[in-house]
Amino acid sequence: MKRRMLLGLGIFLSVGLSLLPFLWFVLTSFKSQADIESIPPTWWPSGNLGFYRTALFDHRLFDYAFNSLVVAGSTTILALLLAIPAAYALARLTVPGKRGVLAVLLCVSMFPQMAIAGPIWRLLDSMGGLNHRWGVVLPYVALTLPLAIWILASFFKELPPELEDAARIDGCGPWSTLFRITLPLATPGIFTAAILILIYAWNEFFFALLILTQPEQQTLPVGIALFQGEFTMPWGELAAASVVATLPLIVVVLLCQRWIVSGLSAGAVKG
Amino acid sequence: MAELELRAVSKSFRDQHVLRDISLQIPDGSFTILLGPSGCGKSTLLRIIAGLDSQTSGQVLIDGRPVDHLPPAERDIAMVFQQYALYPHLSVRENLAFALKMRRVPRDRIETRIAEAAQLLDIQPLLDRKPKELSGGQRQRVAMGRAIVRKPKLFLFDEPLSNLDAQLRTSTRIELKKLQQRLRATMIYVTHDQVEAMTLGDRIVVIEGGRIHQADDPQQTYTAPADPFVASFIGTPPMNLWEGTLRTEGTKSLFEGGDMTFSLPARLLPALSSPASPITLGIRPEDISLQETSPSLRIEAQVELIEDLGADLLIHCRVGHLKLVARAGRTNGIATGVSVPFFFPLNSLHLFIDQRRTELPDLPT
Repeated sequence: MKRRMLLGLGIFLSVGLSLLPFLWFVLTSFKSQADIESIPPTWWPSGNLGFYRTALFDHRLFDYAFNSLVVAGSTTILALLLAIPAAYALARLTVPGKRGVLAVLLCVSMFPQMAIAGPIWRLLDSMGGLNHRWGVVLPYVALTLPLAIWILASFFKELPPELEDAARIDGCGPWSTLFRITLPLATPGIFTAAILILIYAWNEFFFALLILTQPEQQTLPVGIALFQGEFTMPWGELAAASVVATLPLIVVVLLCQRWIVSGLSAGAVKG
Repeated sequence: MAELELRAVSKSFRDQHVLRDISLQIPDGSFTILLGPSGCGKSTLLRIIAGLDSQTSGQVLIDGRPVDHLPPAERDIAMVFQQYALYPHLSVRENLAFALKMRRVPRDRIETRIAEAAQLLDIQPLLDRKPKELSGGQRQRVAMGRAIVRKPKLFLFDEPLSNLDAQLRTSTRIELKKLQQRLRATMIYVTHDQVEAMTLGDRIVVIEGGRIHQADDPQQTYTAPADPFVASFIGTPPMNLWEGTLRTEGTKSLFEGGDMTFSLPARLLPALSSPASPITLGIRPEDISLQETSPSLRIEAQVELIEDLGADLLIHCRVGHLKLVARAGRTNGIATGVSVPFFFPLNSLHLFIDQRRTELPDLPT
């Protein structure tokens, strides 16, 4: 009984601690300017919706959201299109030095972004990708591919190869085997990879700031960060915009939760 | 319905020979068992027939037509896998229909075929379930159903019963035999279980070390094993095999094995190539008798252990350094520790010279 109470307390504390900043932002977004600046701070907001109005309509938040949608969406689709065949090959074919390839992939994803920022900028400059949405999509795809390949490869490895043999005997070629048998069975893995890529691309700040300097192309994180004036910090608007920016992700994750959870555990437990 | 021919099929991975020079003719409507210990290459051979793996050299012919260049789907074969390999995301009905859909069989024909197969295998109530909702035995039936609906030229089975418990395995074995007789289909069945092989097959192909040791009907494989490997692989408990040399001394032929020597009747022996030839002498435990009822070899052995099988006894003995197992009825107070005379009827002796069976002349009983 006592242990259970301690456990409950621990869970409550850790969940509470991780949710607290977010909760504070949500509360702040509904406060008035006076509430935000008052010392000691007021906890409960007055229900002011003014910040949402300014964030949404004065700060072109919809444009940023649209850009984010395009960038994150195309990153996810493109990365999956590349990762699925790569992971399938690594999981199923006898690729010489397969383990080495997977290890190098993992190392690549550990590379500090700051170190590759310069080269990527110059590369995109020469390709004419600066200030284009595809200019951030390319590095995003490159940076998310390793993780996606890892997740998917471990998924494909879990599927019994006999299923593919059976499909071949039943009349499937490689592509119809992939689409009719392998992919339907790997949906949890695909969803898991997709969500992780989406979250990364939706929230990424550094490359977006570096590559997209025109407000017309900027994504949500950059757009929101640039609310900040030279001498002012518009906390209320920042909070409102951040809440609006986070909502779509939360909705997507909640919708796909069933898939992601089974996806994250499927590697460990044979199902 | 089809006949299958293998012509000098070999398979090697890098420098490892998995199959050497396999030539085999499998007649239409026969039930052929590929039998061997695990790792002997029998599954690889099946996969080569199916077209899932390709051979290094040699030819596979179905109905006299080489199929080496054909992908599995175009060879018109069906395969039942050890792990069943049912598509987990499809219902039983969709599993059965899958291959037919891929072949663009009209929908109503698919329905009739599924209904037929389901009735044959007694799986009608399961048609709308997913594989994970089925028991092992039911999955096994669905896997067979998936093969049957195809009406293929050739059925391939890769140890399909090995995941079932002992009781279910026995009953499924009988059903499978009935099924084959009813469908009159050509079936090739891989197993390491010699009981399955003996009971199911019209013909047993014993494979070990990537080569065929013997291809014969079950009875012949049992009564006249081609070499010591087949002799020891078929039959439980395995045949007693004594390795030694044969030496002629005057008119006598002496068998020397381990630390014991005994003489064999000269008329039993074919002309030997060398004065001291390495031979293997074999006798099945069930052929050994405690009384001399026909001309026999008399061997005195020390009883070490008696296993009671219920119907009869397995008597484990020692003759010098050689081991001997005899199967006998529950009789006359044989006890551990005592020395007992055993009689090896000369007609039941097996003789292998240079690892090849040597036929003994028929003796009057």
